[in-house]
Amino acid sequence: MAGLELLSDQGYRLDGRRAAELRKVQARMGVFAQADGSAYIEQGNTRALAVVYGPHEVRGSRSKTLHDRAVINCQYSMATFSTAERKRRPHGDRKSSEMSLHLKQTFEAAVLTQLYPRSQIDIYVKILQSDGGNYSACVNAATLALVDAGIPMRDYVCACTAGFVEDTPLADLCHAEESGGGTTLALALLPRSENIALVQMDARLHQDHLDALMEAAMMACKGLSKVLDSVVRQHLQEVSVLTRE
Amino acid sequence: MRETPLSNCERLFLLKAIEEKKRLDGRQAYDYRNIKITFGTDYGCCTVCLGKTRVLAQVSCELVPPKDSRPTEGIMFFNLELSSMASPGFQPSRKQSSELLVTLNRQLERCLRNSKCIDTESLCVVSGEKVWQIRVDVHVLNHDGNLMDAASIAAISALCHFRRPDVAIQGRDITVFSPEERDPVPLSIYHMPICVSFAFFQQGTYLLVDPCEKEELVMDGLLVIAMNKHREICSVQSSGGIMLLKDQVIRCSKIASVKVSEITELINKALENDRQVRKEGGKFGFAESIPKERITALKREQAPVEMKDIEETADEIVREAEAPSEAVHSPVIVATGTGQVGEGLQNTWGLEEEDAEEEFQGGMDGKEKKKGTVCVCVCVCVGCAGFTHETIVQLV
Repeated sequence: MAGLELLSDQGYRLDGRRAAELRKVQARMGVFAQADGSAYIEQGNTRALAVVYGPHEVRGSRSKTLHDRAVINCQYSMATFSTAERKRRPHGDRKSSEMSLHLKQTFEAAVLTQLYPRSQIDIYVKILQSDGGNYSACVNAATLALVDAGIPMRDYVCACTAGFVEDTPLADLCHAEESGGGTTLALALLPRSENIALVQMDARLHQDHLDALMEAAMMACKGLSKVLDSVVRQHLQEVSVLTRE
Repeated sequence: MRETPLSNCERLFLLKAIEEKKRLDGRQAYDYRNIKITFGTDYGCCTVCLGKTRVLAQVSCELVPPKDSRPTEGIMFFNLELSSMASPGFQPSRKQSSELLVTLNRQLERCLRNSKCIDTESLCVVSGEKVWQIRVDVHVLNHDGNLMDAASIAAISALCHFRRPDVAIQGRDITVFSPEERDPVPLSIYHMPICVSFAFFQQGTYLLVDPCEKEELVMDGLLVIAMNKHREICSVQSSGGIMLLKDQVIRCSKIASVKVSEITELINKALENDRQVRKEGGKFGFAESIPKERITALKREQAPVEMKDIEETADEIVREAEAPSEAVHSPVIVATGTGQVGEGLQNTWGLEEEDAEEEFQGGMDGKEKKKGTVCVCVCVCVGCAGFTHETIVQLV
């Protein structure tokens, strides 16, 4: 589409990756002292920052309180300088509020909310630079932030996108691949049980290819979960060394 | 007004019924409610009834300058509104309904715009200066669950039905012809994406197609799949914080493909009917559809309910039920004046009423007497369950 060759005959993509290859992932936990948990993640050129407060007493109207589990409050925003065109409204438009809603639903499925009745957990996520896969970067960052805050979850929540070009599923799309108008599948997975916390797909795809596409996205999520796990372990090591001295 | 919450008994009853593969309105798990598609007198107006859910879609168009990033493409705009007319729970300030609003709007956009079902390039009049903006307004008139499916059917039918005015360009002049001068032209539509909703219960163990309002209140999660009749998936969206497995998604997509082909046929038939009637000059649009439904709220629809094993089950229940325990012959008689209600205890209320009854009976003839007696019996039954038998005998 638009004359861009998304997959060359040799099997390379625009940025020189193979079809099932992920972008480089770098992450750090505990970037802010003020928050209960925080994390920063880079997936290729997509950068996201997540901050978690809570569990704390329900703020605002008391009617939101749930007697048997915690309320999860998510806010997604994009920095005004995150895209090529300067964004007018960092949050509050339809797309952002939908994204906030999706993040909320994802984490309602993954966090053991029934351990904290009548309380609230706030997750704030900000995209600093957007280069495709905003949702997945947000989910991964928020997972690390929740781990940092010490909030129990069923498993890591790993999210990744996948596309479909010339009968080949591509993992972890960048902005150029996403904006071409091809199929995009975003998937949030709990890797150990292979449970899908959220699935979202756009644009046309024949039914017969759905299986292959989802399989590719799940493989990518599992790859990501290893990276996230190593980040957490490294962070713990660093922290334990610091506290011992 | 806040939406009425479902009581625990209702919730348990519904879940129990779903476990037994039964639904309140007698449908099977994968059945849709009756779909009725009617068109208005104007082009691009369509009402869809999905059971009791009612949705109205209206398409309109105007000439606007295009977006800078896409100078040769027309603009599609979708707007879905939840008025408080549809359900008392819908109020613009309520957070719950605004969340629903965002989800429905975005899903509609994704289903119809991102799947590129409409040729937007054909909507260009002068490149970079004037293009048609097609606006689809969807209004929810009555909410009885599954708004998404009804909205998507209404929107795509309205788009198929819509005709935009013809235009001619001479030099820099653009002439828009009124329908009297030149026949309006239909939009070019590549395919018809239709949403199918799946409700999951008990953490994904049970699956229902087309959930009604009550079922939506007890469901754990929802999966919406938009497809066209060529078996192409146009969007998938899960929501509600539920764990799905890959196989479940794939199974749902298979069910969706069957449902979509049925619905597409229905839409085509409705469009064809409308075209035929318009050509013949007969009554069409709301003029044809509304008078029949003058009393809509009290209209009773026949629901097909499974009755096969009803008698056997009833017999079985009667057989298995224990014989009713004998009424207590020598009840504890407490001193008069202490009001006690309960099994095996004397009810002073009944006695008092009995006295009153006797006085009352004096002035009545036979027929009325009988009526009065029955009336007391009922009072007594309510008053004390354990004592009923004897009291009634006494009175009769």
